[in-house]
Amino acid sequence: MIRIENLHKSFGELEVLKGVSARIAPGETVCLIGSSGSGKTTLLRCLNLLEMPDSGEIWIGGQRITDPKVKKTDVRRETGMVFQHFNLFPHMTVIRNIMIAPIKVRGVSDGEALDIARHFLDKVGLSEKADNYPRQLSGGQQQRVAIARALAMKPQVMLFDEATSALDPEMTGEVIKVMKDLSGEGMTMVVVTHEMGFAREASNRIIFMADGAVAEFDAPGVIFNRPSNPATAAFLRSVIRM
Amino acid sequence: MVNWSLIWTEIPNLARGAGWTLFITFFSLMFGVAIGLCLAMLRLSRRWWLRLPASVYVEAVRGTPMLVQILLIWFGVFPMLGLNRAEAYYAGIAALALNSGAYLCEIFRGGIQSIDKGQREAALSLGMTETQVMAHVILPQALANALPAIGNEFVTLIKDSSLVSSIAVAELTYRAMLVAARRYEYFTMYIGIAIMYFAMTFATSRILARLEARLRKGSK
Ligand SMILES: Nc1ncnc2c1ncn2[C@@H]1O[C@H](COP(=O)(O)OP(=O)(O)OP(=O)(O)O)[C@@H](O)[C@H]1O
Ligand SMILES: [Mg+2]
Repeated sequence: MIRIENLHKSFGELEVLKGVSARIAPGETVCLIGSSGSGKTTLLRCLNLLEMPDSGEIWIGGQRITDPKVKKTDVRRETGMVFQHFNLFPHMTVIRNIMIAPIKVRGVSDGEALDIARHFLDKVGLSEKADNYPRQLSGGQQQRVAIARALAMKPQVMLFDEATSALDPEMTGEVIKVMKDLSGEGMTMVVVTHEMGFAREASNRIIFMADGAVAEFDAPGVIFNRPSNPATAAFLRSVIRM
Repeated sequence: MVNWSLIWTEIPNLARGAGWTLFITFFSLMFGVAIGLCLAMLRLSRRWWLRLPASVYVEAVRGTPMLVQILLIWFGVFPMLGLNRAEAYYAGIAALALNSGAYLCEIFRGGIQSIDKGQREAALSLGMTETQVMAHVILPQALANALPAIGNEFVTLIKDSSLVSSIAVAELTYRAMLVAARRYEYFTMYIGIAIMYFAMTFATSRILARLEARLRKGSK
């Protein structure tokens, strides 16, 4: 589903991705973990071309998205992204937040968009909030709306960048549950997270990134119980102690 | 000191002048908003050859007196464009709009830049084009934030529009000038219109403040 080949990305002098390669199968949930600054966000943003890699290739669903002839908007409508700070549109109601992209990008009718939006809002358990504005919702509810908004474009892949990091602890559960459900339904997901519980229970495989490269890429059982890279073990010890 | 009976007899005349003042102000602001938006887009462009002329324009307008701009447009630009038979108030509106467009440009530019960049990224990640992001996500928020500043600009324009009296547009100040000169009643006429200008600006600020409060409540 996703194939990344020797990806490089620098910001000025700073080389952030130093030759990242990975393959992710359809329906797989892959967690990206690693210490701060290791390049997780940058890698994720390359997958929907919010960052343009300097060199290397990415294929998503058979399409080489790093091909300069490919339109970025065509790539992005197939890859949903969920951000740490939700980034809902504050001037639109919840339902409008979800409808806008299907209408403007996919060109579906208002009525059809409303049906789609209702369906996904129901899926994240917030049907009764359709006509509220984002600021009237709790953080956890806002993030669930953001997930519904991304899903409404019916993407092939969902990308999550620390979707629960900005939430109060009592609200992470509701968002994680939605993510787990989605993973269980066979959505292909790449999830940057500090939630080791989610990584352990919901992911098929885990990428441990260190210093701009994939240090280890294996099943959660292997990563958590007998990591082959000493850096992985050291990282896990540090986060689990916290 | 104040010749009240003169004011009383001139009320219909001055009221018509005040009507013209508001008319000129309103249309200048409408065109000014459109010009300001275009300029803001140009100034935020990635291409230097779009940014540069817009910046030069804004700096030039802000660095020259409005009276000079009005005279330049009416006596210089209009004849050059062959608009010899146009009414002077067209030139007045054009000058005020071009002037306030430059000031509004900076307000809009600031408003657009103050929108969190996460908004743009979220919209892009959904597959929107840059134009769609601007039209549906950034501008509605930036304009809503700029409403109080647009209201202030309206109040400023009510006062600045008195300068178009210099090209014989029959608005409030010009009518007062004529009466004052004919009757030698300078103090009466100018204190009279000062009070009228104050009434207009004061009422406008009050109405705008109330509208703003209602808008804010509505969106909460
Ligand atoms: N737009 C940018 N311009 C310059 N430097 C950047 C930019 N984006 C990221 N960086 C730098 O690249 C490095 C990797 O950043 P990245 O956000 O990918 O790390 P991360 O693994 O997601 O870290 P965290 O866990 O803190 O989110 C950091 O040193 C960061 O400062
Ligand atoms: Mg990050």
